[in-house]
Amino acid sequence: MTLRPGLLAGCIAALLAVFLMMPLVAVVPVSFTPTRFLSIPTDEWSLRHYRALVENPVWGQGAWLSVRVGLASALLSTALAAAFAIGIWVLQPRFSGLLMGLALLPMVAPPVVSALTLYFFLVSLSQFNEIIAYDRWAGVVLAHVVMVSPFAVVLISVGLTQLDRRMDLAARSMGAGLWTRVVRVILPNIRFSLFAALFLTFVLSWEEIAVTLFITSIEAVTLPRLMWMGLRDNIDPAIAAISVLLIVVVAMVILAKTIWQVRAGRGGG
Amino acid sequence: MTRRHAILLGPLLLFLAAAYLIPFLGVMRWSFTLPEPGVQNYRAVLADPLVQSVLWRTLRICALVTVITVAAAYMLSLIWVRSGPVGRLLVELCILIPFWISVLTRAFGWLAMLSNRGLVNTWLQGLGIIEWPLVLVRNEFGVIVGMVHFLIPFAVFPIAASMRNVDERVLMAARSFGASRTRIFWQIFVPMTRPGILGAALLVFVFALGFFITPAILGGGRSVMVAELIYLRLFQSPDWGLAAALSVVLMVGVGALIAMLLRQFGERTTPR
Repeated sequence: MTLRPGLLAGCIAALLAVFLMMPLVAVVPVSFTPTRFLSIPTDEWSLRHYRALVENPVWGQGAWLSVRVGLASALLSTALAAAFAIGIWVLQPRFSGLLMGLALLPMVAPPVVSALTLYFFLVSLSQFNEIIAYDRWAGVVLAHVVMVSPFAVVLISVGLTQLDRRMDLAARSMGAGLWTRVVRVILPNIRFSLFAALFLTFVLSWEEIAVTLFITSIEAVTLPRLMWMGLRDNIDPAIAAISVLLIVVVAMVILAKTIWQVRAGRGGG
Repeated sequence: MTRRHAILLGPLLLFLAAAYLIPFLGVMRWSFTLPEPGVQNYRAVLADPLVQSVLWRTLRICALVTVITVAAAYMLSLIWVRSGPVGRLLVELCILIPFWISVLTRAFGWLAMLSNRGLVNTWLQGLGIIEWPLVLVRNEFGVIVGMVHFLIPFAVFPIAASMRNVDERVLMAARSFGASRTRIFWQIFVPMTRPGILGAALLVFVFALGFFITPAILGGGRSVMVAELIYLRLFQSPDWGLAAALSVVLMVGVGALIAMLLRQFGERTTPR
């Protein structure tokens, strides 16, 4: 290669890499501190904050609520997004650019504006019912569906661009109706995009905080909301323990994926 | 609209109209009607000293964060795209792992690093370099560090994409005419990756404008940015009209920037 990065560029990049990883590493010693406030343990290390995660039921309840909300919003948003993206691909409607822009709006709008908008939405609904309302878990699900479905639309639309249109035309010319084409031809061929969309929307809902902060108070406390409460006033080192767990999971998944890719790359030559 | 259109496209569009578009119109109505009908909320956005200082701080922090983030992302992308397999792998891991970790955990990580009893102050005190802890969070410094850390991956992706598009033969031609490495880099490579740089800068700036969680945690209420002001005016010292007006202004500003981003993107793709 003509332009290989020199020593200086390498050193700066190494410093930047340390900058990117350091805060994730710094969480580890804090999680073993014996004190009740954020500090680095010096002589004594303790597991009290990990015990607190198990013993204090709020953490388990928060995580369980986040799992339920995440699964419900992942299923709903992927279904809505799949129907929409397939509709755009099959029907190629006029103004499809405009419709796409509308579907992606919550992704590009500033999160705080979306948060205020969804707060307005749920407070208005609260006047008519108790279920889909402010500070209720079904309300949180609907708000998360608004926020994460654009990402599913993007993933599924990208998947559809890889699909050979002639396959759909063949099915059509043999007399398959729209329903048959969608269920028997299109959906099986974009199944990887569908799984990716389910996974991404679950992760995004699981860690959503900006909107959740506006639309919940004391009833529907998701795990991120709980972490936020522990971060704002007196910093609770239990946050460090839960952060370590989350970081370990993410790091393991990405490492496994990278190793798998490197191996596959070598195997394929 | 045929029935088939309605069945496939209808659900998502109707849902977004009901849960997002109509409520946003409601928010716009708040901005003109609360606490009383009129445009006083927009007058406050333009003239109120507190709101003005928050807006200027937001613009200043966003501009600074954009410059630092894009410069850092450029260096990282350079290694990611143009170095050997080991360097490439390490950079990839250092970008992807933070990218997938939630904003709360990353903000907490910076508290663990920078607060009074955090890693940096503990080390410096242990080494005897400082006697009293440095104040590194709950101020603008902490906010900027946290935001740069959050945004670097978002800037790396467009810059790395534009670097991969650089035609190797152009660089080889420059070399064969005797251009030095420095000259190839500054006069050929950087101009050829300009679309990526501009795209990344606009993306980072737009993201930074609406930033909420990181400034709220690392600023500790002392360097309030516009998104946090909206939160405070909604839940702590209620002035819903002002919160709504600020949201509308933010939405319009971001809309204008995204229009620029799309035009930039269009210019880049049309000649090909």
